Amino acid sequence: MQAKTKTRRNAFIDADSCVACGCCVKVCPLGAVSVFRGIAARVDSKRCVGCGKCAKECPASVITIREVQE
Amino acid sequence: MKKRWYDYLWIVELIYMALGFFNILFAWLGMLFFCIPLIISLVRGTKGYCNRYCGRGQLFGLLGGRFGLSRKKDIPNWMKGKAFRYGFLIFFFVMFFQMLWNTYLVFAGVQDLRQAVTLLWTLKLPWHWAYHGTLFHPGVAQFAFGFYSVMLTSTILGLITMVLFKPRSWCVYCPMGTMTQLICKAKSPKGNIVTE
Repeated sequence: MQAKTKTRRNAFIDADSCVACGCCVKVCPLGAVSVFRGIAARVDSKRCVGCGKCAKECPASVITIREVQE
Repeated sequence: MKKRWYDYLWIVELIYMALGFFNILFAWLGMLFFCIPLIISLVRGTKGYCNRYCGRGQLFGLLGGRFGLSRKKDIPNWMKGKAFRYGFLIFFFVMFFQMLWNTYLVFAGVQDLRQAVTLLWTLKLPWHWAYHGTLFHPGVAQFAFGFYSVMLTSTILGLITMVLFKPRSWCVYCPMGTMTQLICKAKSPKGNIVTE
């Protein structure tokens, strides 16, 4: 029998390069992104479905969508 | 998503830029765009201004996004690097203090009022049609010309990078954004650590 692994997509932020402008927060349809203490954006991985809207919007292009295994 | 009142602040930005064409003294209102983000970051330790209230960012988002005036390409790596961002902040500071110095010279009576708006720190555009005299000292008007030069120059830079890269590329190297982020970093008890 094969073990079932579920893969899902999630947004990842390069916090070091993030300018904390909040463009990603505005476009996220699930409210999964927030700007933490004005320093960098942060993704709530449980809420994120990896739609990629934030990655497309990010003016610094520091968001990537990656597959994660559960 | 439901629109909030602050999603329309791009109108304020447009009105501000337009008013400078009629009476340069309105440029003083731009101090709000400098003070509010600083106050929010100093008091609350957030970039609430960038995140919600920045009319300029909204305007770029609208023009580049909805109106499609942007190539939506990635900004070059060097432009989002710390060296360029902090370098631009310092350059901006130097230009700002030079503007304050010119204002001081007019106040001190050493220099006459120059009715010009300086674009991109070099091009002097005649702007006399937006000056009709003032009840105050000519130095008040000199500051207005200088301040409007800063605002117009940065708007033009923002428009250029909006077209070339993503709509809100200006946000990446916006000196106010860099400065408020630095304040937030300094205020945060955990420093730069974002992950829990």
